[in-house]
Amino acid sequence: MSSGSAAAKGALPVLGARNMPRLLRALLPALSLALVLAGIAWLNPRAISYFGFTLMLNLAVPIALATIAQMFVIAGNDLDLSIGAFVGFVGCVTATWLREAPLLGAITLLGCIAVYAALGALIHLRHLPSIVVTLGMSFVWQGLAILMLPKPGGKAPDWLLAVMKLKPPLVPFPIVAAALIAALAYVGLMRTSYGAVLRGSGGNAVAIGRAGWSLLKAKMTLFACAGLFGVLSGLALIGTTTSADANIGNGYTLLSIAGVILGGGEFVGGRVSPVGAVIGALTLALAASPLLTFMRIPPDWQVAANGIILITVLAARVLISRRDAEG
Amino acid sequence: MTVTSPELVRLNGIEKHFGAVRALGGVDLTLGRGECLGLVGHNGAGKSTLMHILAGTAVADRGDLALGGEVPSSYSPGVAKKLGVRCVFQELSLCPNLTVAENARIFHPSLTGFNWRRKAGRLILDKLDAIFPGHGIGASDLVQDLPIGRRQMVEVARAFTVTDEPVRLVILDEPTSSLDAHTAGQLLGFMRRVAAEGTSFIFISHLLGEVLANCDRIVVMRDGRTVADASATAFDRDRLVAAMGDVEVHAREAHRGEGRARGKSPLRVRARPKRHSGVGELVAHEGEIIGLAGLAGHGQTELLLAIFSAAARAVTGVKVTASVALVAGDRQADGVFPLWSIAENIGVCSLASLREGLLISRRREDALAALWRDKIRIRTPDVHHNILSLSGGNQQKALFARALGSDARIVLMDDPMRGVDVGTKREVYDLIREEADSGRTFLWYTTETDELKQCDHVYVFRNGAIVADLTRDELTEEKVIQSSFAEAS
Repeated sequence: MSSGSAAAKGALPVLGARNMPRLLRALLPALSLALVLAGIAWLNPRAISYFGFTLMLNLAVPIALATIAQMFVIAGNDLDLSIGAFVGFVGCVTATWLREAPLLGAITLLGCIAVYAALGALIHLRHLPSIVVTLGMSFVWQGLAILMLPKPGGKAPDWLLAVMKLKPPLVPFPIVAAALIAALAYVGLMRTSYGAVLRGSGGNAVAIGRAGWSLLKAKMTLFACAGLFGVLSGLALIGTTTSADANIGNGYTLLSIAGVILGGGEFVGGRVSPVGAVIGALTLALAASPLLTFMRIPPDWQVAANGIILITVLAARVLISRRDAEG
Repeated sequence: MTVTSPELVRLNGIEKHFGAVRALGGVDLTLGRGECLGLVGHNGAGKSTLMHILAGTAVADRGDLALGGEVPSSYSPGVAKKLGVRCVFQELSLCPNLTVAENARIFHPSLTGFNWRRKAGRLILDKLDAIFPGHGIGASDLVQDLPIGRRQMVEVARAFTVTDEPVRLVILDEPTSSLDAHTAGQLLGFMRRVAAEGTSFIFISHLLGEVLANCDRIVVMRDGRTVADASATAFDRDRLVAAMGDVEVHAREAHRGEGRARGKSPLRVRARPKRHSGVGELVAHEGEIIGLAGLAGHGQTELLLAIFSAAARAVTGVKVTASVALVAGDRQADGVFPLWSIAENIGVCSLASLREGLLISRRREDALAALWRDKIRIRTPDVHHNILSLSGGNQQKALFARALGSDARIVLMDDPMRGVDVGTKREVYDLIREEADSGRTFLWYTTETDELKQCDHVYVFRNGAIVADLTRDELTEEKVIQSSFAEAS
């Protein structure tokens, strides 16, 4: 007993030194969000209000959901290049079948999740690079979306519109939704006992296999989760925009990857953070249009400016994490 | 003695081939309950392969296996685990991105439910406390943030944790190579205690003293066969080495007794650790072999890395006057390029001299690789094979070849001999001495006293500072241990 407490005392400074960088790493995404918010507040103080946030973040919910979808794939050391096209396809199904024939629509969306799980199985069993498989799938989803909705149009189901128009007291809906999404993904991946196995499969797949877990099942679960959140993202997107277009989700592939990385995730090693990913998605959503509009940057230059902001924030992240690795 | 104890493991005529290479040629092995079996042999003798078969991670081409009287019809890691076989392998089998508790959970499918995190943490910490009192590891620490020695401690402790499956046999494959003398002693003491309670052990180590002192019986393997099998009392160090097939058992006294007077040759490195409390700085001159001693993880690696980066850009407190090459200690993480061939792995530090025009000359790369393969006897039929086709010790030799084959005048070695067998070590010692005589400088961090005896000068580290500065004549194991543990006054 006494030797144990003495040991604990001796170990304390070491423990503190080790957990410090971890804490900083976890706080970095929040820091970049605060930075972007400060920029907005400085340029236009009135934007920081219930109404302002509802407006600025109206596209943040689908981006956050797509980012979480991407995060599940990245947790298993893969990359999903089809998530944008997939969100677009789900949007087209939502604006047409789900409204006109709810049962058929629902079955189609569930089928989409099953297709994602099957892709995971294919990638695992055939040792295919996920980038190639999902790049191919992105053309499939895009083609199906165009078949469903050759011209922009359709209409979101009324219940979906109602959900996305919710006005909770005090806190704007996008923020409540983002918090819910983050909590759900956090509990699922970081707190459940099977979540540890899923992340472990990205960290050291051989060890997970040796401990007797099925890597096939883990990979399929990760991809099915990605499919599920992709479907939710498509639903939320159409609930916000009210009608669909086959190309509506195209920007989401790279946005979702950037969101995961901005949120403290890494491409390999199963290092992801659900809360960070949602914060990363919010940061991207805010840095994308509102900040730039307030900066009076002409629309022609907005895409480039968006890219520069992204590079700046990511560079700052790398610099800070390198500093605390040295210190 | 436990010779009469009932039998737990019986292996009969186990054969295993990797392509054309015969790894195991008909091995018979038995192990009693509560018995500690020491398994020794050169790198590539087949020890690790045999253990992988016993653990179910590799399948034998021929032969039978019985565990506790049962002959499992199909054998896999899962079946082995159910029958009570646990392994601590050379390659760490922890997930670096998970916490210590989560790594325990992964090992135990039955750890579920609302409170699994606390249960898993309690399980692993209790074992860590039992094996390594004062380990300084927390259940919520991420494995990637732990130094390699502590990671190894977690790995060892996890093998002993019990939930619903029993522990009947623990295979320890080089468990002490990443541990310092103190924690290695704790582990060996624990092994003896648990063996007395009836758990069997197979203990693989290249530190023959450890095997002789802690095992009941010793089996020697050579070229995929067992060549000796007797009670540990029947062996001594020389007989073990002889059985392993190492004929050059020469007692090495301090050669170069006169030595060269320190400071006569040009200065190569002058480095001051970040923490200033100790006796100060490390100095190395041309042609010297400088040892960095002390317990694992007390700032030796950090100083080597500071010296390494000082060769490229200015670092405060470190002065380096020549080119530098580093032999990494964590060879899986920092050493080999796993997708490259042996030749490419050797040549990567010498690309400038391997160039022909703008391209790398295949011919020169091959010549360099062939030269070093013969010089330090990397055991491979073809240097174009993938580096991972080599056994661990031979991979390490390739890393040596990479550093020594480059034009670097200073070679930094970060405990590079982990898990390398005695014969290989001797070869490398001679090589280092030869290279030092021709003017190279070596900075050598090692946790083994035998290796420190190869050095001209030794600095002992504690808590990131240099606390002792010993010449070759002053060096004794007691002095190193004393300085490593002395209380800071």
